[in-house]
Parts: sequence; structure tokens; C-alpha cells
Amino acid sequence: MCRIGAIKSKKPFHPSQALRLMLPQQEGHDNSGFAMIMQDLGGVFADYKDKPLLSLACTAQGAKLAEEYMKEHNFVRDFEWVPKIDRRPGLDIKAMPLYMFRCYDYPVEYKSADWSDKEQLLLDTRLALRELLEQDDQGYVFSFWPDVLTLKEIGDPSDIATYFRLWDDNGELMARNVVTQCRQNTNYDIVRYAAHPFFIQGYTLCANGENTFYTKNTEYQRSLHRGYTGFESDSQNFLYTLHYVLHELKWPIKYFKHVITPLPFSEIGKRSDNKELTAIRQSLANLEINGPNTIIAMLPDGRMMTCCDSKKLRPVVVGGDETTMAIASEVCGLNVVLPNRNPELDIYPNEREVVVITQELEVQRWKQ
Amino acid sequence: METVKTLDITANDLNWKIQYTPEHCTMCGSCVAACTFRAIEVAVERRATTISTARQPEPIPQHKAVPVIKRVKGLANACVGCGMCEKVCPNQAIKPVRNEDSRANILARSGGTPAKRGGRNNLIKENTLDKITVGRISQMTDPALDAERHTFDILAPFGRVLMPNELPFSNNGGELKMNASTPPVNWIYPIIFSDMSIGALSTRAWEAICMATAYLNEKHNMPVRMSSGEGGMPIQLMKSEYLKYSIIQIASGHFGWSRIVKALPQMKVDPAGILIKIGQGAKPGDGGLLPAAKVAEHIQAIRGVPKADLLSPPNHQGLYSIEESVQKMHMSLNAAFKFRVPVAIKCSASATSVSVYNNLLRDPYKICGGFFLDGIQGGTGAANEVSLDHTGHPIVSKVRDCYLAAVKQGRQGQIPLWAGGGIGMTGNAAADAFKMICLGANGVFISKLLIQLCGCVGNEHSRCNACNTGLCPTGICTQDSRLVRRLDIDKAAQNIVEYMLAFDTELRKLMAPIGNSSLPVGRSDALVTTDKAMADKLSIQYAC
Repeated sequence: MCRIGAIKSKKPFHPSQALRLMLPQQEGHDNSGFAMIMQDLGGVFADYKDKPLLSLACTAQGAKLAEEYMKEHNFVRDFEWVPKIDRRPGLDIKAMPLYMFRCYDYPVEYKSADWSDKEQLLLDTRLALRELLEQDDQGYVFSFWPDVLTLKEIGDPSDIATYFRLWDDNGELMARNVVTQCRQNTNYDIVRYAAHPFFIQGYTLCANGENTFYTKNTEYQRSLHRGYTGFESDSQNFLYTLHYVLHELKWPIKYFKHVITPLPFSEIGKRSDNKELTAIRQSLANLEINGPNTIIAMLPDGRMMTCCDSKKLRPVVVGGDETTMAIASEVCGLNVVLPNRNPELDIYPNEREVVVITQELEVQRWKQ
Repeated sequence: METVKTLDITANDLNWKIQYTPEHCTMCGSCVAACTFRAIEVAVERRATTISTARQPEPIPQHKAVPVIKRVKGLANACVGCGMCEKVCPNQAIKPVRNEDSRANILARSGGTPAKRGGRNNLIKENTLDKITVGRISQMTDPALDAERHTFDILAPFGRVLMPNELPFSNNGGELKMNASTPPVNWIYPIIFSDMSIGALSTRAWEAICMATAYLNEKHNMPVRMSSGEGGMPIQLMKSEYLKYSIIQIASGHFGWSRIVKALPQMKVDPAGILIKIGQGAKPGDGGLLPAAKVAEHIQAIRGVPKADLLSPPNHQGLYSIEESVQKMHMSLNAAFKFRVPVAIKCSASATSVSVYNNLLRDPYKICGGFFLDGIQGGTGAANEVSLDHTGHPIVSKVRDCYLAAVKQGRQGQIPLWAGGGIGMTGNAAADAFKMICLGANGVFISKLLIQLCGCVGNEHSRCNACNTGLCPTGICTQDSRLVRRLDIDKAAQNIVEYMLAFDTELRKLMAPIGNSSLPVGRSDALVTTDKAMADKLSIQYAC
């Protein structure tokens, strides 16, 4: 079983906080990797928030291929941050040769384009780079989106943090939102893409547990959207469903829970919105999940959301104070990063509940 | 040496012999009375013995006339192995035994007509589904559920399901509101009691299945639906609340539909669905056949026909293309019930099934509410044996093919797939249903199993299968008022109810280990097989 976590703060914080949230929970996971997605960046990226940021781990050849592709497609590099690596011996990390985080200017022909066109361009570019680098295993493209940075690596989370100097709170790498996990999550092959969180067009998600409807979800999602690719982890399905419901169907957020864990028919029948819920259940039956899962999601506008499966087989806890809120599989993580919060106000969402943390750190919760 | 008349048909030429033990026989005559085929008769045999009681041989011939139970010669009175004689004999003095050296199949075409019978395919004896096991058991990575404690949502759609982006929703202040009507969809139990008409069945057998259906719904909250078959429905049922448990079938003979149409204004509730029968798995392309022997007065009345062989043509008149004719049938039947009742279609499984399904899926009117596929192991009341045994397509791979064709287009689930033809043929309907569902079926339909629960003794090894004769020894497939009384309808209904309760529990026992509380439609990852060819064909895991 994996542990998952997220921190949302009014003030930019350093990723070491995310590690402090996760490491106390380490008995519950296998410490086989570290991955995080940072959004609403501060530090060195504070002045580039509107520029799409490419998060890349690759070989020298992969870097060359990516650079050529971006040039060919009229992306102009505006800023680059390269982590200063600590190469001390004995660290448990299967590192890639290069890690690059580059902000680009949009191609000139997109300068005045609508956002809807730009977000398609960014997705297509990421998918094209991914395909390009997949040949001969030259690298991994995790995200290409304004104000979003992704880091994923295989190894011991503490050692990975040491390697990237994530323990050194030097103010370079800061964000107001971080979603994270400390396991290279897959029951099958070790693949960097399989590590949570996952990202598509502003939507970030990590999940734990086994998606028992992986085959059903995957078979359906493959034809729903060109961006629904990979499927290296059975939790990517949740991200794609979130994206489909909110971004493609443009439905209000409360319907996501109705899609993944629909109410039993007997309960739907008693509700005033039974016509709508029945239609959703039958039309989206292939996106239902039916196993043990908790989900933590981060939306393009910075809101965070969490919910769990309909039998509450995987729990989650939400807690915080006026400036910082955190979500974690286990309360011990919260106790480390938010020792002064009032634990009586912690929320343990039930199997029908959704909790959303707004940009103003208001907590909204409702029952499905 | 006596001349042997080798072309005489005697007991050892036929499928069944009678094993008779005269010393156990009390001459009660029950067996002869019970045999509807008149395969046995009371006879007097001449017995000759010679005894000698003196010290020296002094042979005295004695002659006795002995009453016996005797096999009647000839094809017309052949024993079918139904075993009613054994059932009624107080002393177990008589029973049918299978004749390994039977020549019946060669003799059966005498008179120049094809051999006919009811029952299932007699050549395919193994069940494909028994070679598949539920091999993906939740262990550690996810917990198995508790079949007794958890609640399960065991329902399947009957009706046309729209793509999510086709739903007529508007966003009204954060609430989705349905702005227009959508095709009707009924969520029902994933097993349908299938298509056996009044006529093929005795009214009492049909009533027993109706009673079981109503009982399961009203007392056990299991929304099982029953298809009428192509033979009309009793007017009282059509006027009653119980109509909601019925799926009304229309086939190429349109039997009973004049009464159904006339009853429309008097219907208090809508039926659960309409099923257009194009073909059936047991005799694809051979149409329907109700022999005149079974067209009793009440059947003539309910179907609106005279006493004659009733043939449903192999195809619907005017059915030239899916796009045109089936559309029209769908449209007119939808319109008849004011677009409130889902209309589905039933076809024989065929090499062309995927094409048919694709056409229905791409239909711009989105009007087909279900694709029922019937495989070669389906049963029937009467058919030419050549059709029963030598035409048709196995159901398992065909349903899988259709499901995967839908997956390829992202249209899985839009036209629910219902599979039949051999489901429960080994008695394990829950396991069969579960595996079909994992392969992509939304639900299954059964019929032969139902009459077996009513007492039918027919099987795939040439036993009985005399549904076509009007002489059904169990009172199920006959209209003979004396034979019909043999069926205890309360007990028959009870058997069906009890089987279904067990079915429901067994289904949970299969859902729980894979950790699912709703039906795992298309969860092919849950199945494994030790047959490599089957694994490749069905795209499931091979295991050894």
C-alpha cells in the first residue's frame, strides 16, 4: 500500500516539507522512489509563472533531441534551472544523467492565441517529446505547463532528496502547492512514468490502492482522448477520469465522485436528482472504480481535493491551520509538518465524502 | 436356419433399450400408463420349459402364458430414455438404458423427412466456460470483499446508453440538469428468463416461470425479467401490474401481436422491454416451428391462428438491411410504447455478429436497446436435427469479439450485450454468467435451465428431447391436458426461485474475491485459462 500526501499553503514553502510529510509514514510504503508535482511556484520560477515549464529527465542525447524539437516548433527558451546535484557515494538513487527545468516562450504564432489553443499545444508538445525520447530510452517528460514543476526518481526518498539537495532550504525551489508520494508505484515494472503524481493539462493526481477496474477504465480511456496514454500505473486512470469529467465534459467537481464511485441504484432512486445520477452512472460505467483507493487531486486553479473509495478501504486525513493545510494517508505525517494545528479539527473523510481546499484555504466538504 | 429379416426395426436398433426385471414386476401397469410415447406395452408371452422330476429323465414340456412389459417395435414408438417408467415403478423393475450400438440416426430419416427434435445441440458436449477460472483473486494488494457482509449492486442495463458527451445536460449553478429525454434504460437483474412461448411450453409451465419471476421481484427484490417468447401473452397478464416484469417478444411470425396491440390501451404499466427476435442459436436461419400437435385450442386463440404447423420464417419479411428494416421495426415498436420501453434485438451468434453489432452501434438514431446473442448450445422446442447439431456459432468468443469491437470504437456499454445459448448447461449458471460478464456481456439469458428446474429430463446425450412431439412426459412442452397436469406448477416455480437465490449468492461469492461490489463487465483480467488457444482467442491470461 502506498502513502500519499499534499501540502497547500498561502506562503511558498520548500519541498523538504513534502518529504517531512511523507517520511513518518514510511512504514506504510516501500520507499522505492520519490515524486512530486509543485504548482504555484515561487523561488527562481516566481517571475516565469505564465511560461510553460518543461520538466525533463534525460540523457545528453535526449536533451539534444528535445532541444531540437522545441526549436523546430518555435518555442524559445526563456529560463532554465538545473538542480545542483550532490553526487556523494552511497546514495540509493537510479539517477538519469540530466535533469532540466526550462521555461519557454510560446511560439510566435501562438502569442495571441486563445488559452484553449495553447493548452492543446502544450499537451501535444509533451506527447510528442515523450514519444521522441521513448525511442532508445533517452528520457522522460513529466510535465509541460506554466507554473508546474515535476520531479520523479527511483530510489530511497531521503537519498533522492540529498541528491537533488532538496533538504537545503535555499529559497530556489519553492511552491504554494505540492502533491507527493514516496514510492515508485507499480506492482509490475519499475518505470519512472509510473510514479505518482500524474499530470495532464493542469490536473495533478496521486492515488493509492489497487484499481481493480484498471482494464475496464483503460480500455475505455484509450479512445476518449489522445492525451490518455501510458497507463503504466493503474492510478493514471483516476487522473484521466478527473480530466475527462472536469475538463472535457466541463461538469461541476461534485460529479467526479458520482462517476468514480456511483451511489447504489437503491440510493439513487430516492434522490431528487435521480434522473441525472442514473444517466451518469450508466453512461460512465466504464470509469467507475471499485477497489480500495484514496485520491488526492490538484486542479488547474490550485484547489486541492481528496476522496476515497466507496467502502473506505483506504483512509485519508486532512488538517491544517490558517496558512497551511495538508492531506496525508496517515496523521503522523500531519503531526510533523503541522505540529501546532488543532488536531480536533482534522477531517477523516468518509466513503461518500469529498473534501476540497480552496485557494483561500477554506475547506469545503460535502457528501456525494 | 430361420431367415432373419434384417431390415425389421427392433429395439436394438434404437437409442434406448428397456431393462426389465420380471421377477420384480407387480404388473401394476404404472410404467405403461406413464409412457407418453407408447414405447412399452403390456403383452402376454409364451414361455416353454421342460422339466423332469423322475429318477430317470422323463421330460415333460410345459407351456405358460406370462404377462410382461414389452418394448414396442418401430421408430414411431421409440423409447426416448425419459425414465418416467423408472420414476413410477414401485419396485425398480424397469428402466431405460442407452444403446451404444444404436442405428437410430440412420433410420430417423425414413419417410424422406429430416429428423426433428427439441433440446440442445447433441454433438458439443463440453462447456467452454468450464475451462476458464476466476484467477485474479484479491490478495494483499487489495482486499477481497465479504460476500455475506458487503452490499452488492447486481444490476445490468436494458436499453440504449448514450456517450457521456451526448447526455443532454445543462449546468445550472453547479447542478447538472437533464434538458431532454434520453432513450429508456431499465436496470434489471443480469439474468433474463428467456423466450419460451406459450405453445412451445404448456400454459402451466409458462405460468410457473411467471410465478417465479413475480416472486423473485416481490419477495426477494431481485428484478428478474421474463421474455414472453413469440406466442403472445395472456390478456389478464397484459392488463395487470405484473406486465412490468415481462419483456414482450416479437418474431418473424408476429404470433400473438394482434392481441398485444389491441391490449395496449388497457395496459396499466409498461412492459420491461421489447425483444425483436431475428434468430436463435439452436437453429439459426431455420425459423421457428410449432408443430400442429401442439397447437391446441387455447394456443389457437392466443396466437390468433388455426390448427396447423406454425412456422416463423427464418427472417423478417421486408428485412433487407439493418439500416432500413430493423430501424423501422425498432422505430415502430418504440413509437408503440411512446419511447418509454427499450427495444432490443436478438440474433443467432454468427460469423457476422460483429458486423451487425457495429452497425447497430453506429446507428445515428441510437435506438437499439440491447444486443442479445444466442449461441449454438441454446435449446429449442422443435427443430430439424441437422440445424440443431450442425449450424450455429459458439457464444463465448462471439460475445468477446463483439465487446472488443465496441472497445475499439470506445462504444462499450452503449448497446448492452446479453449472452445466451448454453448458459448453465452444466448446472452452474452463476459461474457461467460471471465469466461471460468478465468477457464483456452485461448479462445473460437462460431458458433450457428453467425447464430443467421444472422437471425436464432432456440433455445433450440424446435423452428425451421430444419437445416437438407434443408428448412431453413432464407436462412442460405439451398442450395435452392430461400430460400438462403432471406438472406441479407451485413446486416448479419454487425450484426456479430457489435456484435463483442460490445463483445470487454464488454470484456474490465470485464478485467478492475479485474485490468488486458492482458487476465486473469487461474485467477480462479476472479470468485465466489453461487452454492457450482459448487464452489467445479471448485475450485473457494463459495459466498452467
